[in-house]
Amino acid sequence: MLNLPIYLDNNATTPMDPRVLEAMLPYFIENFGNAASRNHAFGWKAEEAVDYAREQIASLINADSKEIIITSGATESNNLALKGVFEMYAEKGNHFITVETEHKAILDTCKHLEKLGAEVTYLQAAEDGLITVEQVAAAIKPNTVLVTVMYANNEIGVIQPIKEITALCKSKGILFHTDATQAVGKIKVDVIADGIDMMSFSGHKMYGPKGVGVLYVRRKNPRVKVTAQMDGGGHERGMRSGTLNVPSIVGLGKACELCRLEMDVDTARISKMRDRLEQELLVIEESYINGNTEHRLPHVSNMSFKYVEGEGLIMGVKNIAVSSGSACTSASLEPSYVLKALGLDDELAHSSLRFGLSRFTTDEEIDYAINHVKEAVNKLREMSPLWEMFKEGIDLKTIQWAEH
Amino acid sequence: MAYSDKVIDHYSNPRNIGTLDKSSKQVGTGLVGAPECGDVMRLQIEVDEVTGIIKDAKFKTFGCGSAIASSSLATEWLKGKSVDDALKIDNMDIVEELALPPVKIHCSVLAEDAIKSAINDYRVKNGLSPIEDNKKHY
Repeated sequence: MLNLPIYLDNNATTPMDPRVLEAMLPYFIENFGNAASRNHAFGWKAEEAVDYAREQIASLINADSKEIIITSGATESNNLALKGVFEMYAEKGNHFITVETEHKAILDTCKHLEKLGAEVTYLQAAEDGLITVEQVAAAIKPNTVLVTVMYANNEIGVIQPIKEITALCKSKGILFHTDATQAVGKIKVDVIADGIDMMSFSGHKMYGPKGVGVLYVRRKNPRVKVTAQMDGGGHERGMRSGTLNVPSIVGLGKACELCRLEMDVDTARISKMRDRLEQELLVIEESYINGNTEHRLPHVSNMSFKYVEGEGLIMGVKNIAVSSGSACTSASLEPSYVLKALGLDDELAHSSLRFGLSRFTTDEEIDYAINHVKEAVNKLREMSPLWEMFKEGIDLKTIQWAEH
Repeated sequence: MAYSDKVIDHYSNPRNIGTLDKSSKQVGTGLVGAPECGDVMRLQIEVDEVTGIIKDAKFKTFGCGSAIASSSLATEWLKGKSVDDALKIDNMDIVEELALPPVKIHCSVLAEDAIKSAINDYRVKNGLSPIEDNKKHY
């Protein structure tokens, strides 16, 4: 039996894996100790659990456990990385390079730093969502201290050429940070092979708990340091104070371990379902995939259905939970800034749906979603004046619209 | 966002979707909004030659649920009204009837604009001057 609505918004958050919950449970009531308590068994037990989780986390990304700084999530990790580098390396320079399709946690942190005297270059992504290493090279200045480029985009799932960019940064002695929230646990991310200096990710996008995340900070070649943004007891090698959230850290560790062990099997199954969903929906006239399809996460699909409006479409597909880069959902009357940055026509940007699959998604659910979306698009086109004009061969660009 | 039952009803069972012959002298067509703003409404009225009563009204809308519901409701209200009475339909009546939240008031404004635009199209076709709209929306 299908349970409605069907959850296909796994880029927003994933359900927790029951095995993660099981691993966490003993750390609320029985083993509740403070991992920083060095004088008794309660503290030791907690510390041991955290150390083990740190190993599990590190081994997913091929890092050393000492390089794992636990935070409250990727937003905090991004803030710590950018603000921490800005302060720590102030003498070296104040120029950052990033991309205009980054998550707001990067863009708004950059805006904040600009007010404090940082200089930021925002690279423009191509129509397929990707940037090139040449663009980064052209933006580098003598005072550049950090390049921050997301591993994979949260709206369209495209994977940036990380290795090429890190090689360039290394040759210029510039630090490289990546927001890998959507990538870690879904595809192979290896901080050594990829040449990453700092990396943010969070637990709740990979079947772990909310409110816990990581900033990976490289310790060797080069040894990277960031100025703490949270002062206090000097936890996390002095970079992030605050009593450790032991159950969540244990959960994150377990989630990382499961992703490491099951990634290949999950990816094969999920990408097959994603591709089927996409192929079936592409049968709909005037439907498009947004973003590069070659360099892309296996579980994401962002599609536009021309001549229907995104929020109306979301309402029409009420039995599936998806997200839209639509006008009205944010009440800001702006289509997705990511899709707009790719140069998409407004009417395409307005009518996009993002599907995010998970390890819990079933074939039956995908079947349902395909039919549900097809019906909704057809119904809305029946009542769309734009569709009627398109069918009559009228070019919408020739019409003088009464903008309001 | 939670929609009111009336919005959901109009969205699920829209009244009077369709197209009237826009070349007919008895038909007035209003096309308002813009694709880049996320909503476009086309509203049409057919006026009885003898009585001056709106005998049919049709719409097609590209937009969110509230925009679809606003135009659907507008066609319901237009049918059977004289052209002069139709001009009295105020966007706030639509807001009230559909319980639209503040962020959706623009949908009702658009519906009112569509009504006026359709009426003016009809007036111009029949040798009358268009009615100036001095109303300010806030």
